Amino acid sequence: MKYAFFPGCVAKQTCPELYHSTKKVAQALNIDLVELENAACSGAGVVSQQNEALSDALNARTFAMAEKQALPIMTICSTCQGAFCRANKRLRQEPYRDKINGYLSGNGKNEGGYKGTTKIKHFLWALVEDLGIEELKKRVKRPLRNLKVASFYGCHLLRPSDALGFDNPDNPTSLEKVIDALGAEPVDYDGRTRCCGFPILLENENASMAMVSKHTLEAKEKGSDCMVTPCPLCHLNLDVQQPNAEKIARQKIGLPVLHLPQLVGLALGFSEHEMGLHKHIVPTGRVVEKAIGS
Amino acid sequence: MAEHTTFKVFRYNPETDSKPYFQSYQVPLQGGKTVLDGLNEIKGQQDGTLTYRMSCRSAICGSCGMVVNGHSKLVCRLQIAEVLKNFDEVVIEPMRNFEVIRDLVVNMDRFWDKMDKVTPWLVADEENVPATERLQSPADFNVIRDASSCIMCGVCLSDCTSLEVDSNFLGPAALAKAFRMAADSRSVDREERLLELSKEGGVWDCARCYECVQVCPKYVAPMETIMKLREMTLKADLVDNRGTRHVEHFTELVLDSGILDERRLPMKTVGLTDLKGMLHMAPTGLRMMLKGKMPLIHPHIKDVDELQRIAHKVEESK
Ligand code: SF4
Ligand code: SF4
Ligand code: FES
Repeated sequence: MKYAFFPGCVAKQTCPELYHSTKKVAQALNIDLVELENAACSGAGVVSQQNEALSDALNARTFAMAEKQALPIMTICSTCQGAFCRANKRLRQEPYRDKINGYLSGNGKNEGGYKGTTKIKHFLWALVEDLGIEELKKRVKRPLRNLKVASFYGCHLLRPSDALGFDNPDNPTSLEKVIDALGAEPVDYDGRTRCCGFPILLENENASMAMVSKHTLEAKEKGSDCMVTPCPLCHLNLDVQQPNAEKIARQKIGLPVLHLPQLVGLALGFSEHEMGLHKHIVPTGRVVEKAIGS
Repeated sequence: MAEHTTFKVFRYNPETDSKPYFQSYQVPLQGGKTVLDGLNEIKGQQDGTLTYRMSCRSAICGSCGMVVNGHSKLVCRLQIAEVLKNFDEVVIEPMRNFEVIRDLVVNMDRFWDKMDKVTPWLVADEENVPATERLQSPADFNVIRDASSCIMCGVCLSDCTSLEVDSNFLGPAALAKAFRMAADSRSVDREERLLELSKEGGVWDCARCYECVQVCPKYVAPMETIMKLREMTLKADLVDNRGTRHVEHFTELVLDSGILDERRLPMKTVGLTDLKGMLHMAPTGLRMMLKGKMPLIHPHIKDVDELQRIAHKVEESK
């Protein structure tokens, strides 16, 4: 398994624990990651609000880099995955792609442009589809037996399904399959396919924080020890902003939120420190204790 | 005997029930039966007290919106077999974000109130009234074609994540209607509309969750229309608020280093002159810094000038 690795901006800055845990877990699973070091931000569905052609051109440039190496792209962010899939859908249409390729050409750097063939997979999809759940089970060294885990997919990994096309948006199962393979117990609750509120954090903070408290409290009520998310932006709202959500909800929440590779890493035998669990805002000690009894 | 499916249906009669409950029915499953056929079967053969709205049975009247296994649908457009691909039983609840009148019937006032707020009609030039109709070219109509096909079913409001936590939000259907009117080639009040829609509860309060795009049975794609309203507002350079600053500085910062600067974007979005806003963010920033979540040096990609060259070419082509 070899991928052109697109970590995204957040894993490189405010969620460094995501970047480092991904690298370690990938290595342990023999997943070869060739980082796209010269790729630009996916635009996160924000650049496209101002200028869709620019957003698509920057992403076509990234897709072309992977295409040249004949590698699929692997992302570790629901938001990047969503932005990439939506752009790739548009770029598969010939006349449009030609127009966008026109913006890329000019100084030999993007010779040939983008041909429209790059496959883009989130780490979660790579685990389920390429590594396989059975194989993942075999690699588990330390089943997370006592742990109840609430999945939180992130909107852009599920919807619109005609661009994403992996999980069923009404009843996604990939995260639950992975949680189960790691020996933990997936928790079913309504919030798992809903919105974390990050995109309106600065525009409508009360609403954004209400989303955080609603989903974390529901997950807690259903007995979850922690949440797991494939999206660092969800992580920023659910973990980093959780103290602010507690203030507005006037209620203690205290629900740890793990990045997907961190949860996988714990089951593969990595220490909490190696997975960067000390970098979270909501303390993760109880989860580690329960999961691996250290 | 035909195969049966379990329908678990939300029941509530405020006159007799102290609280809602679920009632299970067995529905014979044959052919391409829709969830609405199933409900009709229950009402006709098993339990005449079950209350719901329906009329056209062909996704035109917009009266049969309900929540089926967690997401909102027109039940006349949804086959039971389709539901059973992902679930073992069919769980039916009234639409969310509306008050329940009885069983699966909700009070739609909230939908119409929001619709009323966006002036849901065309405001055209009243001074120069043409002798015939106000004509529109097919190309101009295409801009608003999808947004025009709303059947006002309320399904998108039922799944709207922003509306769920902020009753002030205009919501997907009304905003799609606002786009349909503002983007109409014959409209003369575009700027007024855009200004109005940039206020609290308007286009900048959408969480971009894509629920409305996913569930709309008529492919209105309300969120896409909201993004177009944002684009129109930015192009017209009409408003300076957190929403517009967020988008403008996001693009600028990406072109600056290839990697979005997560320290500078919130500051630029809130605005350096907004002292209260800056102070409000300080504790969170500090917490992040202490956890090593704020790199001191901002990284950048090697070919930043390449991004700027591309941006320049896109700009030139306009
Ligand atoms: S995308 Fe916006 S309007 Fe649509 S459901 Fe989500 S928050 Fe509501
Ligand atoms: S936008 Fe779609 S889902 Fe919303 S009311 Fe109109 S037809 Fe129904
Ligand atoms: S019955 Fe008319 S839309 Fe379903």
